Amino acid sequence: MKIIIIGCGKVGYALAEGLTDENHDVTIIDSSAERLQGVTEELDAMQIVGNGSSINTLMEAGIADTDLLIAVTGSDELNLLCCLIAKKQWDCHTIARVRNPIYNKEIDLIKESLGISMIINPELAASAEIARLLRFPSAIKIDTFAKGRVELLKFRIRPEFHLDQVSIAELPRHAKCDILVAGIERGEDAHIPNGNFVMQNGDLLSIIASPKNAAAFFRNIGLATNQVKNCMIIGGGTIAIYLARLLLDMKIRVAIIDKSLQRCQELSEHLPDAVIIHGDGTNRKLLMEENLEGAEAFVALTNMDEENIMLSLFAREHSKAKLITKVNRMSFDNILDQLDLGSIIYPKYITADYILRYIRAMQNSIGSNVETLCHILDGKAEALEFCILENSPVVGIPLKDMQLKSNLLLGCIHRKGKVIIPRGNDTINVGDTVIVVTTQKGLDDIQDILKK
Amino acid sequence: MNYRIILYIIGWVLNIEATLMLLPVLTGVIYQESALWSFVVSGAACLAAGLLLTFRKPKRQYFYVREGYVTVALSWVVLSIMGSLPFLFSGSIQSPVDALFETVSGFTTTGASILPAVEDLPKCVLLWRSFTHWIGGMGVLVFLLSLLKLAGGSHMNLMKAESPGPSVSKLMPKVHSTAKILYGIYIIITLTEFVVLLVSGMPVFDALTTSFGTAGTGGFGIKNDSIASYSPLIQVEITIFMILFGVNFNFYFLLLLRKWKQAFSNEEVCWYFIVILTAILLIGWDIRGIYGTAGVALRESAFQVGSIITTTGFATCDFNQWPELSRTILVMLMFVGACAGSTGGGIKVSRFIILLKYTRKELSQYLHPRQIKRIRMDGKSIEHEVVRNINVFMIIYLLIFAFSLLVLSLDGTDLITNFTAVAATFNNIGPGLELVGPSSNFGLFSNPAKLVLIFDMLAGRLEIFPLLLLFMRDTWRKF
Repeated sequence: MKIIIIGCGKVGYALAEGLTDENHDVTIIDSSAERLQGVTEELDAMQIVGNGSSINTLMEAGIADTDLLIAVTGSDELNLLCCLIAKKQWDCHTIARVRNPIYNKEIDLIKESLGISMIINPELAASAEIARLLRFPSAIKIDTFAKGRVELLKFRIRPEFHLDQVSIAELPRHAKCDILVAGIERGEDAHIPNGNFVMQNGDLLSIIASPKNAAAFFRNIGLATNQVKNCMIIGGGTIAIYLARLLLDMKIRVAIIDKSLQRCQELSEHLPDAVIIHGDGTNRKLLMEENLEGAEAFVALTNMDEENIMLSLFAREHSKAKLITKVNRMSFDNILDQLDLGSIIYPKYITADYILRYIRAMQNSIGSNVETLCHILDGKAEALEFCILENSPVVGIPLKDMQLKSNLLLGCIHRKGKVIIPRGNDTINVGDTVIVVTTQKGLDDIQDILKK
Repeated sequence: MNYRIILYIIGWVLNIEATLMLLPVLTGVIYQESALWSFVVSGAACLAAGLLLTFRKPKRQYFYVREGYVTVALSWVVLSIMGSLPFLFSGSIQSPVDALFETVSGFTTTGASILPAVEDLPKCVLLWRSFTHWIGGMGVLVFLLSLLKLAGGSHMNLMKAESPGPSVSKLMPKVHSTAKILYGIYIIITLTEFVVLLVSGMPVFDALTTSFGTAGTGGFGIKNDSIASYSPLIQVEITIFMILFGVNFNFYFLLLLRKWKQAFSNEEVCWYFIVILTAILLIGWDIRGIYGTAGVALRESAFQVGSIITTTGFATCDFNQWPELSRTILVMLMFVGACAGSTGGGIKVSRFIILLKYTRKELSQYLHPRQIKRIRMDGKSIEHEVVRNINVFMIIYLLIFAFSLLVLSLDGTDLITNFTAVAATFNNIGPGLELVGPSSNFGLFSNPAKLVLIFDMLAGRLEIFPLLLLFMRDTWRKF
């Protein structure tokens, strides 16, 4: 597909990276030449300096035969304007990032009246992700497939689970329920394991299961799965507001600590039911005074990555809280993994992920049939959900007879509301959706899983 | 919340209470009274519970505002309950509610009694009654802080919760030494009074109990007619000492440091004396007809004014029989109370000063709507937080007052009795008017009414907030 990205900030860059990896033709427009510098060197994409809302610039970028325009500049209004022009003038698909909470309530109306295909609010997306984690605090990361009927959960193996030196084949006996291990991360390496793979303490395990089975699994290995009852949030940014609203709706008690008195007053106005505390979140005494030890969840959302990491480390030391850390810069993700910080949220990555998923789905209507896509194992692998159309070459063949590519796993078959963890004798039928885990990127169709 | 450390500190409070009970035991030995065994048993109970709680030092020593207030409030409740045991064991008081009332009245330095005749009680029980005043006056936790160096940060929280007044200042960098100095001053003035009274011809036992009662601004007398039967000289001396104990203790500290100018420019102390003088003169003039000579009238007036404004509650005459103007002034003085940082109760002179200054500021704001003005006291500007706290304090004060009045009215006693009963207990004074006047007692109320008055006394002593926090759900929540 031909795709234009307007705005080369963090999200724009992450998007361009993801899209070029998937072999799309990407053109990036940004008004600052400085920001664009290096993009052509690092990415296989074209760059144009200019204002994305100017028709001339768009023409230069080849808007006429472009399939999709993504506007992710810092300004909501500029993003909407770019999309509006592209839609009205050239009738192409558009995605806009709109983050101002004021527009949040009327977002559907804006989307409809301007004819924009998708509007993404990064803060809202991030807060939804955090809320999902707090509902199920045992997992570090949760992705859903088949409209929520299948979950892909990531968690760290701790000594108290007694899973050390247990091979994957023995796992169902240990856990006494039907789950499938989709991937294991150990240090820098990511594996899609077979039955002989032996787990160790400290490994990050990704499992595929129905929500019910997942809960049973965590219970059986001795990991609490109950939704948290309270949550301490440091930093009262936009994510904090969205998150607090979601949590308060879930009857979770929320305390927010922010440095700025003015911001605290705003927060107290927006969130009458939350406890708002004016103070420095990095003040150790303040945290203890506000009963960090009793907190069941701790979310570090300040603007400073370093501060967030420090705070989470401190909270890990002094409480049993579920930790969630917001990190803006991706560059040091492998170091962060070693710190065992619990869940790390990369807002720009979530945004890029949401958009990529949409593009996959869009392609689906054009030719491919990927329903959902998500990055797992730290972006080293993907989990894809395919729907099986008629005449597909995989239909009716028992799995054990199928010649699958290496580093590829059939995670789960979803058939008429039933979740099947596939074994050798199972077959894939027309109308099923199948979840595939693979380190090979760019799979477009279910037949791509077969060896050529 | 760190329950272990709270229990640990309460354990120490119990240990101290057990130790303090040695004094009545000693009295019992001297006067050869069988009632001393009730103190031995109660003291042993306190010690057993205390040792159990302090047996192991909690590993986690953290202690924050929340723990501070809860500890103080709970300590006072526990202190009162354990302190009421001797009354029950010795048979001096039959009903547990009455015994609790008497003890709370003692520790909160109220001095309201349910006993119709105190002279029949054993000496050791009488001493314990007065001694509770002395302990409660400066505060048992302040005492604890002066003895014990609790590890883990500042314990200013404890002192803040227990010391009366809108704001508490440290005298020394260390809480430990501040508490020591406060108790030092307290002990010295008490001893001085004891010696002065002794020299003036008071018996040793009377001098000791009266000194305790004056120092804590309590007001339990050991005679049925309170102080009336002592000589005029002794009455004048007690008047002076009552008024001295109503002064902010920072004042004495500044005197000790020879910072004369700073001490005497203390606005609160100045106004305290102005109010006292005005009241003495007004009442003296009002009652001149009853007592014949101006000297006697002024002496009676001064004693009663000093007793009421410092919230002591001794009496040398039945001021219930005085003319309306005098009675009204006395009731008003009940609300004024002593200085902040003294052993007295009431709303406190400094709160009124700040409120009046704030009113003046508000009025001038009408003339100059955009004016910026900060209120100052003793040359320092007052934080808005303090003003806000005082405003809330006044409102809660009124609400609790109204609620208490409502409960008391169920007993069917008249409004003046009920009103002054609540005022006298909430402000930690002791006697009120009409049926609870100086020559009567609180025994007439029903148990629910007594419980409400017990709450009022504790709330008054701890300045409402710590006690209210006990009833707030958030205090007990894990998070």
